[in-house]
Amino acid sequence: MKNMDFLQIAIFFIALLLLAIPLGRYMTKVYEKEKTCPDKILLPLEKLIYRLAGIDANCKMNWREYLAAVLCFNLIGILVLFLILLLQGVLPLNPQGFAGLKWDLALNTAVSFVTNTNWQAYSGESTMSYLSQMTGLTVQNFLSAATGMVVVIALIRGLRRREGNTIGNFWVDLVRTILWILLPLSIVGAVLLASQGVIQNFSHYLTYTTINGGQQTLAMGPVASQEAIKMLGTNGGGFMNANSAHPFENPTPFSNLLEMLFIFLIPVGLTLTFGRMTGNIKQGKVILAAMLILFALGLSVCYGAEDSGNPLLQSAGTSNSLSMEGKDVRFGLVNDTLFTTITTAASCGAVNNMHDSLTPMGGFIPMLQIMLGEVVFGGVGSGLYGMLVFVILTVFIVGLMVGRTPEYLGKKIESREIKMATLAVLVPAATILLFSATAAVTPAGTSSIANPGPHGLSEILYAFASGAGNNGSAFAGLNANTLFFNLGMALAMLTGRFGVIIPVLAIAGSMAAKKTVAANAGTFETTGPLFAGLLVGVVLIIGALTFFPALALGPIVEHFLMWGGKVF
Amino acid sequence: MNESSSGHSSLYADAVKESFIKLNPQTLWRNPIIFVVEVLAVITTCFMIKDIAGGKSFWFDGQISFWLWLTVLFANFAEALAEGRGKAQAAALRKTRSETSAKKILGDTWTEVSAATLKKGDIVLVEAGITIPGDGEVIEGVASVDESAITGESAPVIRESGGDRSSVTGGTKVLSDWIKVKITANPGETFLDRMIHLVEGARRQKTPNEIALTILLLGLTIIFVLAVATLEPFALYSGTKLTIPVLAALLVCLIPTTIGGLLSAIGIAGMDRVLKRNVLAMSGRAIEAAGDVDVLLLDKTGTITLGNRMATAFWPAPGISEERLADAAQLSSLADETPEGRSIVVLAKEKYKLRERDISGLGAKFIPFSAHTRMSGVDLPDRVIRKGALDAIEKYLMSQHSQLDPELKSIVEDIAKKGGTPLVVTEDSKALGVIYLKDIVKGGMKERFTQLRRMGIKTIMITGDNPLTAAAIAAEAGVDDFLAEATPEAKLKLIRQYQADGHLVAMTGDGTNDAPALAQSDVGVAMNSGTQAAKEAGNMVDLDSNPTKLIEVVEIGKQLLMTRGSLTTFSIANDVAKYFAIIPALFTITYPQLEVLNIMHLATAQSAILSAVIFNALILVALVPLALRGITYRPLGAAVILRRNLLIYGLGGLMAPFLGIKLIDLLLVVMGLA
Repeated sequence: MKNMDFLQIAIFFIALLLLAIPLGRYMTKVYEKEKTCPDKILLPLEKLIYRLAGIDANCKMNWREYLAAVLCFNLIGILVLFLILLLQGVLPLNPQGFAGLKWDLALNTAVSFVTNTNWQAYSGESTMSYLSQMTGLTVQNFLSAATGMVVVIALIRGLRRREGNTIGNFWVDLVRTILWILLPLSIVGAVLLASQGVIQNFSHYLTYTTINGGQQTLAMGPVASQEAIKMLGTNGGGFMNANSAHPFENPTPFSNLLEMLFIFLIPVGLTLTFGRMTGNIKQGKVILAAMLILFALGLSVCYGAEDSGNPLLQSAGTSNSLSMEGKDVRFGLVNDTLFTTITTAASCGAVNNMHDSLTPMGGFIPMLQIMLGEVVFGGVGSGLYGMLVFVILTVFIVGLMVGRTPEYLGKKIESREIKMATLAVLVPAATILLFSATAAVTPAGTSSIANPGPHGLSEILYAFASGAGNNGSAFAGLNANTLFFNLGMALAMLTGRFGVIIPVLAIAGSMAAKKTVAANAGTFETTGPLFAGLLVGVVLIIGALTFFPALALGPIVEHFLMWGGKVF
Repeated sequence: MNESSSGHSSLYADAVKESFIKLNPQTLWRNPIIFVVEVLAVITTCFMIKDIAGGKSFWFDGQISFWLWLTVLFANFAEALAEGRGKAQAAALRKTRSETSAKKILGDTWTEVSAATLKKGDIVLVEAGITIPGDGEVIEGVASVDESAITGESAPVIRESGGDRSSVTGGTKVLSDWIKVKITANPGETFLDRMIHLVEGARRQKTPNEIALTILLLGLTIIFVLAVATLEPFALYSGTKLTIPVLAALLVCLIPTTIGGLLSAIGIAGMDRVLKRNVLAMSGRAIEAAGDVDVLLLDKTGTITLGNRMATAFWPAPGISEERLADAAQLSSLADETPEGRSIVVLAKEKYKLRERDISGLGAKFIPFSAHTRMSGVDLPDRVIRKGALDAIEKYLMSQHSQLDPELKSIVEDIAKKGGTPLVVTEDSKALGVIYLKDIVKGGMKERFTQLRRMGIKTIMITGDNPLTAAAIAAEAGVDDFLAEATPEAKLKLIRQYQADGHLVAMTGDGTNDAPALAQSDVGVAMNSGTQAAKEAGNMVDLDSNPTKLIEVVEIGKQLLMTRGSLTTFSIANDVAKYFAIIPALFTITYPQLEVLNIMHLATAQSAILSAVIFNALILVALVPLALRGITYRPLGAAVILRRNLLIYGLGGLMAPFLGIKLIDLLLVVMGLA
């Protein structure tokens, strides 16, 4: 690795930890309802919202009520967004006069943004009105992120509760998440991004005459306000089709660094919040460590693959083998691979380069990280609850070896938790495999493929992994705006999101009801480096083994073929 | 429980027979993982038949099918073997139960009825030489009873009405005298019936942890079924056609057949190990709970100390020689057959060379201990000797218009502080001194408690002694805490308190007043010598009535869980190597580049697939002894145990199949099978 590349990665991590540590502490205070700085302004606002919405802030919910609230709220979100997109042609703030979306695309997009996936089967600047972008997509960027966060907070409450049955109030958690965390961070983020040149206006698209006399249209719009939450909420749905590779979304190396930091900021902060809320910061740190190990593994493979490039290029006469097609040369290879690894480790899905153009192993990493269940930091909230599911499985499998029935945070892990944890792993995996398999052998699926051979299989696998993992990035090369893919992906996104949320809340409920077992020398330790290693092992074995056959036929074989002299 | 070698071979023969009977899908589906293997075995067999019918080479499909069937049989064999040990024992027990007749009392007479017709509440007369027809309480009489059918202990025990020795068990035999027994269990529900069911494993229910593990294994199986099933379309897309037997082979290798096949054998073997120590667990759940126990309530007497106090010194009053005291003490104890009394005689002999004397020759009259005076002693023609506890002697002296030397009182307190029991000896209304009776802590207990502490288990001594004495013995034995002047209520309260703090508590008990505490505790081991109520309340019965065994039960519980966990880890870790064997084999025809993944350099695609399947079957049967014996148990802290087991079963599980599959592959090539 070149020194400068290493330095840039190091700067990223140091800045990340410096920002995430205080954020973790702050978020703990927000959820524990302790005093925070913005209380003076926000407390009255919070009260007002409850009064207007008729919410009893003191009412605590059991897990079923909590789940019902989550599902209702998200269902209404899908309906509202679906209608906005369908009817945007007759709604205001549409200077370009875009027509309403076709129903299947509208449905796909609505599901996509509500599930925090932000899969985009359309291109933003030629499809969406400003109203759709701001009141539709951006609103859901906030709400879907908040949904993920409140679910993990409910799970944490369940884990630490002793013989109770309530896990908090969904509406209160939601309001506090948005008011205290997402809004302030987004405002600061938007201002910082605007300072770098991210645009923020309601102007018509501008048409210029270029130097060589051609006409070029420049898309305009309120980008900065959407850009910040797109990253902070690990949403990833770009204002523009080119996403963060577009200069108006990501103008400078500094904005690029900011955007990468924004993606990981809350997921990293939440691991520490988890530690603090359970009363032992080490519990959070060990999860953070496991995530960092997995991330470092992913990054080194991805960077290594891209750094080795494509041997065919050199033999074709270029100065070196680096494959720069599809990369953002403004940021260079290291920032592209770093961004790629980050955006797929977290279920963000924003891109600053085209993943379809990565070398086979470079593209293997994003795909694998998504398939692991988006638990390497993952989406805001969803990454942590996904990882906690793996923690439960790890404790159960390995914990038995110390001669006690397994327990986590003093709670016995019994059949109900295992049933739910298994479901949470099984449902997204089944979704990816079944949809991809269907697409691979039906004309409706294969007709969308741009590249033949294993690369085409990778495109399909990536699409459904991205949907079920609620990542939303695309391998591109796949024509996703077809009835088959719109509906298939919508279904994949829904099962991938709620197929995990439902079991997770069920675990929260059953854990809350349990009594806490006292820890002693015979207790399986879940705070040391050994546990971090075991967690990594279980994530890799369960996650990777499920997809190994499919991946062998996709990126792995493509990699060997490329080094054997064949590309697709 | 010695099995002769012929018994051994019939055990194996029966297990082999049983493994075929267990192929019946109606019973096999209860083990979902092995059931999946059976389904795949049927499918591959169909393909083999199709090959034969089509005149194609059936050699490869035939071999896969053969090994899949073997995998199922091996799993069945493991379970059958575990069950078989219990069955042999159950058969022996059943013999004692069959065809007993009973003398049922109706008013003043009795009628001869079959034991099987006896109901709860019936009263029967049992005379010498007759087998007791059912479980019950002695309501009249006293008899010596041979309980060897249940306990294996040949020495007869006394059973009498009232008190804690009133319970009798059906199937045991009265040796002398007679008793009237009130039957307390309906036919089919007696202790013996339950014992037969338990050892047979017929009514064995899966334990909670076993159920949870089965769910996880089932989940993994479904994931792998999907991964393999979707491989067909992916392969089609890639231009490869995979045959069903090959996919079946891949699936069988990936699903956790090793632990799936051994899981129930591990559970049965755990119960069997408990049984081998003559402890009868009422359910597997109790053994599992024993592994989780982190607080042990141990009765002082019999568990921590030798059952009886021993005289260790004579402390004379001022002006009295030790010899004189020893002489009086010996005289007063010559006819005292209690262990304490005997120990006094022994001490006098060892220390002062005082020989035993013939009491009758001395014209002595022995005064036995009575609850009323709380003293014992001897009346000689010219001497009156008494010994007893301080307060009893004080009272006695007062009645004789005498008084206790205050200096003697401080000696008494000294002894109490050291954890001893002081016995004051008087002769002719004058206190001569004090016998120091000491609780002798059993050898090795201190080390054992240290081990338990390292394992995170807290030991609490329960005693009726006063706090002073209790503290001294607790310190000497090295227990973590003690409960002095323990009453059944105090015991119950202590258990509840620990449970509320999140601990799991185990205890032993025998008396009726122990029953509430036994029921409240997470693991309650009742002594077989105890009352029916105690046995009903506990979830284990120790047939030897040895309270120290509680520790062993906890260890067996831990070993059971460790074995389960280690083999699960081993099984899952195995998958990595199997992938590296099979995946390249499947696709190298379409993509020769994938040969790079064939890191074991297996000879051909067919040999690779076969080797993986064969390894999968052989590792299952190879691990049967380990599953039955349990993994090596060492009393260490969780962190050390984890590191050890991870190294052996985690890392071992990763590496072993690489070696095993390669070896089988070489053999297959040499033998020309692939």
